Amino acid sequence: MPRLSAAARHTVRFTLNGRPVAGQAAPRTLLSDFLRHEIGATGTHVGCEHGVCGACTVDVDGMLTRACMTLAVQVEGATIRTVEGLAPAPDRLSVLQAAFRRHHALQCGFCTAGILMSLDVFLKAEPDPSEDAVRDLLSGHLCRCTGYTPIVRAALEAAAELRDAQGESAHA
Amino acid sequence: MKPAAFDYVRAESVDEALAVLREEGSDARILAGGMSFMAMLNMRLARPKVLVDIMRVAPLARMEEEKGALKIGAGVRQARLLAADGLDHAAPLLAKALPFTGHAQTRSRGTVCGSIAHADPSAELPLCLVTLKGHVHLKTAKTSRKVAADDFFTGMMATAKADDEMIEAVSFPTPKGEGTAFREIARRHGDFAIVACAALVSGTGIRLGVGGVADMPVARDFPLLDGSALDDALNALAWELDARDDVHASARYRRELVRRIGRATIEEARRCRA
Repeated sequence: MPRLSAAARHTVRFTLNGRPVAGQAAPRTLLSDFLRHEIGATGTHVGCEHGVCGACTVDVDGMLTRACMTLAVQVEGATIRTVEGLAPAPDRLSVLQAAFRRHHALQCGFCTAGILMSLDVFLKAEPDPSEDAVRDLLSGHLCRCTGYTPIVRAALEAAAELRDAQGESAHA
Repeated sequence: MKPAAFDYVRAESVDEALAVLREEGSDARILAGGMSFMAMLNMRLARPKVLVDIMRVAPLARMEEEKGALKIGAGVRQARLLAADGLDHAAPLLAKALPFTGHAQTRSRGTVCGSIAHADPSAELPLCLVTLKGHVHLKTAKTSRKVAADDFFTGMMATAKADDEMIEAVSFPTPKGEGTAFREIARRHGDFAIVACAALVSGTGIRLGVGGVADMPVARDFPLLDGSALDDALNALAWELDARDDVHASARYRRELVRRIGRATIEEARRCRA
């Protein structure tokens, strides 16, 4: 039974966007701070730090996760995806990201990383969601710029585009 | 908004977790999904010296039908229960209430038992447990006991759980042939309920649970009332619950919601049974 002392920092290893990473964390270090300060992956944003705003949402082993309400030491050995893992190449946006850009689904961008991760995980499970289902999912995020409507449009258009791509590859 | 320092124990069995609780007493706390408790830690409303992570204890992730009840282990996440095959048939009240519990982004990690342990007066799962007359299975290193939901919740975020005890599982009874309904009013879907109502209607009576009003969820049994007799009973209940004013709603508004949402929930449960 491992007991990690409060007074020391401990090695935490996990897979981040397909690559193994490691760093040192005190038991109280939040996953959000660990990603940003120890790993240097600053795409994940930190807002309220009590699980309300959704800016820090990441994918841990397929589960949507508030990184601010998760300890770094809890994710030892996990597979984590963050916003940095969405784009297929440094100069190309993912289908969802491109739809966000087309629809002006972001202004300041503070909430965007978390919303993209929520939608990315959600659209895999529900490729053909209703607008209500998208709005229900977005209730777990706060965006103070857009009024959400462009985000909903972008999500529905990305879903349709992803379905088309899926259909084409199935018929190829 | 960062937790105070603590030791972190990654328990590999229930016995290991309980041994830490026995040694450390009130200085130790169980960490499961963390979707309520991590917020308490970040805001330093809780400052334990040791956190015992139980999410790698495989036997706690069990979910099973047992003697007319659904027994849910301490490691079962809310999203897993909500996605369980046939939940709307086996435990319709839970199937109706769970979509109101937090957001998709917190149900994915948060556990059923964690919400019961947190005992927020406006939370949906404690309300369902009280309404269904469920039980909490508590364990120490040496003893086990089963506590009725009504006896488990003792006040605002306060429970009958002793410092050296952990919740091993909770049991939600799965009565057959009852109409069920769940409704709540919140500022946004997924926010804490201002008032939440859960109703069960059988051939002989009505049971209505109300959350968000008193310091803990409360359920009352009524005969099969109708019309103004039902209004009178709900009015009496609304006053009895001793609603409070806070930043979210006035006591008067809460009483009105108990009368109206209570009635709507009961009527929906009746239609559901018919």
